Amino acid sequence: MHETPLFAYALRLADNALILGHRLSEWIGHSPALEEDLALGNMGLDLIGQARAFYAYAGEVEGKGRDEDKLAYLRDAKDWRNVLLVEQPNGDFAATMIRQLLFAAYAHPLYAALTKSKDQTLAAIAAKAEKEIAYHVRHSGEWVIRLGDGTAESYARTQEALDELYAYSTELFESDDVERALIEAGIAVDPAVLRPEWERTVNHVFSEATLKTPPQSFAQTGGRSGRHSEHFGYILADMQFLQRTYPGAAW
Amino acid sequence: MTEQKTEPHWPLWEVFIRSKNGLSHRHAGSLHATDATMALQAARDVYTRRGEGHSIWVVPSNAITASDPTDKDVMFEPSESKIYRHPTFYDIPDEVGHM
Repeated sequence: MHETPLFAYALRLADNALILGHRLSEWIGHSPALEEDLALGNMGLDLIGQARAFYAYAGEVEGKGRDEDKLAYLRDAKDWRNVLLVEQPNGDFAATMIRQLLFAAYAHPLYAALTKSKDQTLAAIAAKAEKEIAYHVRHSGEWVIRLGDGTAESYARTQEALDELYAYSTELFESDDVERALIEAGIAVDPAVLRPEWERTVNHVFSEATLKTPPQSFAQTGGRSGRHSEHFGYILADMQFLQRTYPGAAW
Repeated sequence: MTEQKTEPHWPLWEVFIRSKNGLSHRHAGSLHATDATMALQAARDVYTRRGEGHSIWVVPSNAITASDPTDKDVMFEPSESKIYRHPTFYDIPDEVGHM
């Protein structure tokens, strides 16, 4: 697929937000408490809103008439550019909160830095998204603290989720030629510079939560070049079914 | 026994929201939360989704002392016959705002 760097970059931002937003939407009606159902729904809507803005811009940059719906509903798995972390299954509540914290602690400094992008549209979307994602850090962080420093069972589940998901965090800080050109032009954010702040945020939570930061072992990566985990096809099947079956359906 | 295992024993909190500066906090509803911090977050998520709030208070429900409904005659009836306590005979200029 031939794409300009700016299109690819906007698409990556959009895909991360939409897939994580979709995952959170799967909790609706299944949360441990009504209060949390709304919290997860709110966070999911924040992310889907961010995705829409990034998709709309990607479509505009591409200039081939693809709008946010076409980009979200009519692309196959190999054309999706989200990191593997966001497509991981919800698991139990602890796993969902760990995944949210790992992602939000990265996205928050990313959006903050992106507000200074030379690209006005990216900067404007990031300015709105930054406040939303700051709350995700707070909410997931407070939960991880309570679950980790909770009962023996909640501790065990949370540590297990962290051990499982931590290997997916390396991919957040990778960059490639597509991004490097944009980073040099002052449009994209170099993800490597976000890592120290990310580490401070998550390690602070983990120590409050009495959790052990897993050692950096091998990294699970590949999502951004379209190599997704086995879970991804099921997400698309669920998310794209309606538009694939009834093209152009609207209500 | 089983019920105790599945029921989340989260305390109940009363939520008060101030919609804008100058007004007082009003009771918005109640919710369950593990502690005060989480109660504030839940209040934000449950009761301020449509831009209702500028400030939130959460209070443990068991910290509220309520009047006894069977006591209402003694408590409230004596004031009903004293209409002269209502300042309805004054014209209040619009500029005064909320009274």
